[in-house]
Amino acid sequence: MLEAKQDTKKIASFLLQEIDRLITKPVRLMEVCGTHTVAIFRAGIRQVLPTQVELVSGPGCPVCVTADEYMDMAIAYAKRQDVILATFGDMLKVPGSTSSLGEAKANGADIRIVYSPLESLEIAANHPDKNVIFLAVGFETTAPTAAATVLSAAEKKLKNFFVLSAHKLVPPALKTLLVDPEVKVDGFILPGHVCAITGEEPFQFLPEQYHMPAVVAGFEPLDILQTVYLLAKQIHDGRTSVENEYKRIVKKNGNPVARQMLAEVYEPADAIWRGIGLIPNSGLRVNERYQSFDAQVALPIEVEKTVKQTACRCGQVLRGLIKPTECRLFGKACLPEHPVGACMVSVEGSCAAWYKYGSGRYQYGTGNN
Amino acid sequence: MCLAVPAKIIDKKDQLAVVELSGVRRDVSLLLLPEAEVGDFVLIHAGFAMQIIDQEEAEKTNELLKEMNGLA
Repeated sequence: MLEAKQDTKKIASFLLQEIDRLITKPVRLMEVCGTHTVAIFRAGIRQVLPTQVELVSGPGCPVCVTADEYMDMAIAYAKRQDVILATFGDMLKVPGSTSSLGEAKANGADIRIVYSPLESLEIAANHPDKNVIFLAVGFETTAPTAAATVLSAAEKKLKNFFVLSAHKLVPPALKTLLVDPEVKVDGFILPGHVCAITGEEPFQFLPEQYHMPAVVAGFEPLDILQTVYLLAKQIHDGRTSVENEYKRIVKKNGNPVARQMLAEVYEPADAIWRGIGLIPNSGLRVNERYQSFDAQVALPIEVEKTVKQTACRCGQVLRGLIKPTECRLFGKACLPEHPVGACMVSVEGSCAAWYKYGSGRYQYGTGNN
Repeated sequence: MCLAVPAKIIDKKDQLAVVELSGVRRDVSLLLLPEAEVGDFVLIHAGFAMQIIDQEEAEKTNELLKEMNGLA
C-alpha cells in the first residue's frame, strides 16, 4: 500500500509538472458536475495546480438548478392530505419562493426520503389510499433510474404512483453558457457519470462547433489531474476534441439500455434553470404513453405565482461568473444550516463546497498563501 | 447527485442483484444493466447498477479511496 501511495504521489507530481509546462497563459477550466466540485475540494486540487490554471464550477448540481416554480409545486403537492411525497434527501432544504419541503414536513406533510426511486413503489404499494409522488430530479445519470421506476410501476399496474419531473440535460446548458458573452471558459471537465449513460457523442459539439477542449473525467484525485493535463495538452497544441479519461466506466456509446428506457418514458422539453432561466429542450417530461404517471397531468394542481426578492447570487455562481465568496450573503445570512440559495443546500453545491472546504489558494509545499 | 460507487455483485436473481459495499450487503436493480453477472464490479447510483467496471480498476479505486481516507 505504501508503494501505491508513493506511486500516486509520483504520478501526481509528474502531471502537475507537465500542466505547468504546457500552460503558458491563464486558463479557466469548468467542471460541470457537482460531484467533481466536491472531489476537487476534498483532494485540494485547486491548491496544487499552477496559479495560471483556474477551476470554476458550472451548473452541474441538479438540486441547485431546480427552479423556485418547481419547489413551489412540490410544496403544494406535499400539503395535500392524499399525497405522500418521496424525494432524495437534499431536496428538503431547497428554498422555494416562500417556504421549503423541510418546513412543510415539520408542519405535518408526509414526505419520505428515499435512496432509490424504486423505494417509492414500495411506499405506493403499502399505501393504496394515498397518491405517492416521486420528485424526479437529476441529470442524464439519474433520469434513467426514474424512467425504470415508471416502467416497473406500469408493469406492477400501480395506479397511485407518479413522478414530478425536473430532470435536466447537460449539453443544452453548456451550449447556453457558450453563447453567453459574460461566461469565460477555455475547456470543459465533462461529467463522467452523465457520460456513462450518454456516451461521448452528445458532447462532440463542443470541439466541433465551439472549438472547445473537453475531457470526460473520473472522480478520483488522479483522474482529475489527468483530465486537467489532457486539457492543458489540447490547449497547448491548439487542437480540440472530446477525450475520455474515464474509460474504465465510460464506453464510447454509454449505456444504450438506460438511454432506451429514458426515451421510452420521457421526451425533451423546455426547462427553467435556477439562475439561468429557460433553456429550450434542456429538460425531460413524461411522454404521452406514460402520462398516467405524470403528477402534473394526473393530479393537476394550481400554484400561486410569487416573486421572491433576494440578494442571492446563485445564478452568477452557477455560470462561473463569480466565486461564492463574492456574494454578500455567503457565510453570513446564507449558511448550510440556513441556505438562502440552492447552491448552499446540496453538499455538491458550489457555495456549500466553498463553505465546507475553504477556498484559499495555497502554494503546495512552499508555505505561502 | 451523480455520485456513484463501485461494488461487487455476489448474487443475482432476475433483475435484482445483491452487492457487497464496504462489507455491507444491499440489493440493487439490474434494470439498466441486465448483462451484469455475479462477480462483476458495477457502478451503483440511486439503487441501480449503471455500468460494469473492470475489476482491476475497481480495486484500484478502492485502494485510492482508502488511501484518501487515511485507512491505508
